Amino acid sequence: MRDVAVVATAQHQVAALTGTTEVQLMVPLLNAVRDAIGLTQADIGFTCSGSSDFLAGQAFSFVHTLDAVGSVPPICESHVEMDGAFALYEAWVKIQTGAADTALVYGYGKSSPGSLRDVLALQLDPYYVAPLWPTADAVAALQARLLLESGVSGAGELAEIAVRSMRHAVGSPHAVRSSADVTVADVLAEAPVADPLRPSDIAAEADGGCAVVLAAGDLARGLCERPAWIRGIDHRIDAHGLGVRDLTRSPSAAAAAVGAGAGDDRLDFAELHGLYTSQEAILVRELDLDDDLLVNPSGGALAGNTTMAAGLMRIAEAAARISAGEGDRALAHATSGPCLQQNLVCVLEGE
Amino acid sequence: MSDPDVPPSALSGDVTLPAVLRDVEPVRSVRTPIRLEYSVTAGSAAEAYLRAYAEKRIVGHRSPVDGAVFIPPRGVDPRYGQETAEEVELAHTGHVGSFCVTHLPIPGRSDLVPPYVSAWIHLDGSAIGFLGLVAGCANEDVRIGMRVRAVWKPDGELGPTSESILHWEPTGEPDVPFERAGNRAWRAGGPDGRDGRQERGDA
Amino acid sequence: MSGERIAVLGVGQTKYRSTRGDVSIAGLVREAAYRALEDAQLGWGDIDAVVIGKAPDFFEGVMMPELYLADALGCVGKPMLRVHTAGSVGGSTALVAASLVQARIHRRVLTLGFEKQSESNATWALSLPQPFSVSANAGAGGYFSPIIRQYMARSGAPDLIGCMVAFKDRQNALLNPYAHLHQHDLTFEKVVESPMLWDPIRYSETCPSSDGACAMVLGDEVAGDAATGPVAWVHGTAMRSEANNFPGRDEVNPLASRDCAADVFRQAGITDPRTQVDVVEVYVPFSWYEPMWLESLGFAEPDNGWRMVEDGSTSLDGGDLPVNASGGVLSSNPIGASGMIRFAEAAMQVRGMAGEHQVDGARTALGHAYGGGAQYFAMWVVGSEKP
Repeated sequence: MRDVAVVATAQHQVAALTGTTEVQLMVPLLNAVRDAIGLTQADIGFTCSGSSDFLAGQAFSFVHTLDAVGSVPPICESHVEMDGAFALYEAWVKIQTGAADTALVYGYGKSSPGSLRDVLALQLDPYYVAPLWPTADAVAALQARLLLESGVSGAGELAEIAVRSMRHAVGSPHAVRSSADVTVADVLAEAPVADPLRPSDIAAEADGGCAVVLAAGDLARGLCERPAWIRGIDHRIDAHGLGVRDLTRSPSAAAAAVGAGAGDDRLDFAELHGLYTSQEAILVRELDLDDDLLVNPSGGALAGNTTMAAGLMRIAEAAARISAGEGDRALAHATSGPCLQQNLVCVLEGE
Repeated sequence: MSDPDVPPSALSGDVTLPAVLRDVEPVRSVRTPIRLEYSVTAGSAAEAYLRAYAEKRIVGHRSPVDGAVFIPPRGVDPRYGQETAEEVELAHTGHVGSFCVTHLPIPGRSDLVPPYVSAWIHLDGSAIGFLGLVAGCANEDVRIGMRVRAVWKPDGELGPTSESILHWEPTGEPDVPFERAGNRAWRAGGPDGRDGRQERGDA
Repeated sequence: MSGERIAVLGVGQTKYRSTRGDVSIAGLVREAAYRALEDAQLGWGDIDAVVIGKAPDFFEGVMMPELYLADALGCVGKPMLRVHTAGSVGGSTALVAASLVQARIHRRVLTLGFEKQSESNATWALSLPQPFSVSANAGAGGYFSPIIRQYMARSGAPDLIGCMVAFKDRQNALLNPYAHLHQHDLTFEKVVESPMLWDPIRYSETCPSSDGACAMVLGDEVAGDAATGPVAWVHGTAMRSEANNFPGRDEVNPLASRDCAADVFRQAGITDPRTQVDVVEVYVPFSWYEPMWLESLGFAEPDNGWRMVEDGSTSLDGGDLPVNASGGVLSSNPIGASGMIRFAEAAMQVRGMAGEHQVDGARTALGHAYGGGAQYFAMWVVGSEKP
C-alpha cells in the first residue's frame, strides 16, 4: 500500500447560504486548498466529489458544480452520490492504483432550500417505508428510544454529549451551534422534537462545503510540513430494514474501525459523524473508543451538519488538527443512511 | 448467453406462501406520489443578470483571466475555476450558433406549440452561447450563422426573468459564416483567444 | 496499467423492457447480479465489495438507493459504493470497481449499473430546467440535436447516415435476446419516414427508455486464472471530464473524449485503433453519434467517420470494425446501466460469449460511455489475453 496523506483542507459552513449557489460556494474552497500547497488543477491527478441530487432538488446537480473546479484542459474526475468522505475513499483507491499521485476531493450540500427531514425519508425502502414519510428525526428517534430502553445509555448521557458538542464548538469557525455555558439541565428541559430527541440532540442543520487534497509519499512531505497520513481507511454497510437489525448497534461501524486498524495504537481524539446524540453514544461503543478519549473537539456534526459533506469535514478537521500539531493519531468517521446503516472509518496520523 | 426470459436458477424456485395468504390477491404495484418543495437561490451573479432583464438589459460576466464574457453569468469561469465578478452589458443582437427544430412539447410550457426552433444564441460580445427560442420566420429558414435580435415582452410585462425575452428573430443581416459561428468564433479569434470576441458577420 | 491484473469473470443482464412491472428495484438488480455470479461460477460469499452506479435518483424517486439495495446485493457487512457521473455512470462504475482490484484492496468485486425508469418519469427528470433559465429543451435529444447539426454541416455527410446507423443497430438487436427493441418489421425506409423529433433526429434514431440492470464480477489475476470459463482481461481504463459550455469548446468532438481515448489506447499499447481493435461498443443514444465518436476515438479521420457507416465498415455483417453488435444504446437504454452494458458487451465479445451477435475472432474490444453535455467519458479496453 502507498502512503497517502491529507496535505490541505478547506471548509465553509453556515446555517444557511442564501445568496450563494453551490458553485459560488466551492470556487474559493477549491482555490484555497490548491493554493495552500502551491498546486494548480493541472497538477492534480484525480478529482472526486460527493453530493446529492435530491438534496439539491435537481437532477444532475453535480454537473454544474464541475464549473467550480476548472476543467479545461480536461481532468480525470469522478463523482459519488454520497458524502464526500466516500469520494475521498475513491480518491485514496485511485492513488493506490498508481494512476495518480495527488487527488482533490470535495463534498458540499445546501439543505436550506428544501426540507431535509422530508428529503431523507426518500432514502428508506420505497415500497414499504418511504410512503409513510417518516421524517429523518422520527427514524432516528426510534433508534434513540430503543437505546434508552435498553438501558445501555441514559437520557443524561445523551444530554452530556449535546453539551460537550456545544462547548467544544465554541471558537470553531465552522460550527453553527455552540455554547460555552449550556448545561445538561438546560438540555433536559428542552421540549422533545421527536421524543426522546430534543433540539440539542439533533445535529444543527447547515449549508457548506469542504475540500481536501491527498498526496502520496514524498510528494506529500514536500507539499506540507506535517502531513496527516491515512494509516487505515475502511467502510462497511449494514442491512437496510429498520426492523431487520438491532438499532442500538452498528456492526458496520465496528467492522470499519477494525478494518482501518483504529485499535492498533492509541488515539488522541476522534471526530464522529453522528447526527444525533444517540448515534454518537452508539458510535463511541462500536468504535471501541476509550471513555476518556476526546471526542469531537470541533463540536462534531452535531455542531454543524452539512449533508453530503459532514463526513468529509470530520476527516478534514482531524487532519487539520494533526497537521497543526494538536494530536498525533486520530479517528475520523463518516456515516450514511438511516440509523448508522453505513459507516466509514479513517485513521490519521502525523509522522 | 443465458436465456433472458428464464430467471437465474437461484431465483426460479416457487415462492411458498403461508396458508393465511394463499387466497389473497397479491399487490403488484403501489403508487406513491412524492412532492418536495425547494426554494432555490439564484446566487449573486445570476441575481444581477435576472434583475437586468426587468430593465430590458442583458448582463454577463467578464473573466479576469482573458476577458471572455459569459452569459448567463454564474460567477465562475469554468475553464479555470476562477471567480468572475465584472459585469458587462451585452447587445441584444447575435447569431445562431446551432439549433434544432423540436417537434415535442416541453413539460410545463403549454404556450409553445411544436414544431419550434430551439437554438444556441451567441450574443455579440459574448464568448459562449445559451439556449433560446427562434421565431419570426419559417422554421425551415433558420440556419447556423443567422443573425438574430431579441424580441422582448411589452415594457409593462418585463420582469426579473429570462422569460422577459420571448424569442429571437432574424435581423435580415448577412449570416455569420459557418467557420465563425458558434464556438468556432472564439477559436477563430486567435491562439490565446484574446481577439476572439465576435464581430458582426462581416469580418 | 500498473497494479494487479483485472479479469472480467462474469456478466449478467436483465431483459431490457420499457417496464419491468414484474420485479421491484431490488428484484431487478438481483436478477442481473445472480446471472453474473452464475456466469462467474461464484456465490455471494465470494464477493468482497459491491460498486453500483445509476443516473439521477429522480428516475426512481429513491434517494441513494444503494442503502435500500444493500441487502438485495449481498452486501451486508461489506463495502458498498454508489457512483453517479450522469450518462457515463455505467462505465465509470465499472472503472471504480476495477480500481479496487487493481489496487489489491479487494480480490473479487461485484459491479452493477441499473435504472428502473418506469418507476418515475424519465422525460420529466431529463427536462428539468435549471432554475432561473428558460425552458427551451424537451429531453436529451433537444440538447444533442444542435450538436449533430453542426457535425452534419462541417463534415458534409449525407443526410441519411444517421438512419443507416439506427437501422444497423436495430438489426443487430434482433440477434441480442436481452435487447429492448426487437423490431422485426423495421425497414430502412421506415426509419427514414419516422417522425422528426428534434430535426435532424427522427423517432427511430432515438434511444428508448428502458428498465434494466447489468452486472459484472471482476477479479484479480488468481481469480482470472482459476476461472473455468473464458475471462476478459482489462488492458486499459480511462476517464475524463470537461465543462460543458466554455469559450471555443468543440462540443462536436470534445477534447475530453480525445484525451480519454488517447489515454486508454496508450495503456493498452494500441497505436492504430482501426486495425488493432476488433469490435467497439460505443455509447450512441442518437444515431449520428456513431460517426462522431468514431472520429473522436481515432478510428476515422475528422469529418470522415460517416464514410465508415456508409461503406459498411461498422456493420456486423462483413464490416472490419463492427460497432454496437449488441444493438447499442439505440436498442436498449436503462440509463444507469447503459455504460456498463457497453463495457460488459466488449468483455463478452473477447470471451467469445456474445452468442448470435458474436464478432468472429474478436480478441480486443473497446467499451465506451459518455454523459452530461457530452462532457464525461469513461472507457476501457479488454482483451482475451492478459495484458
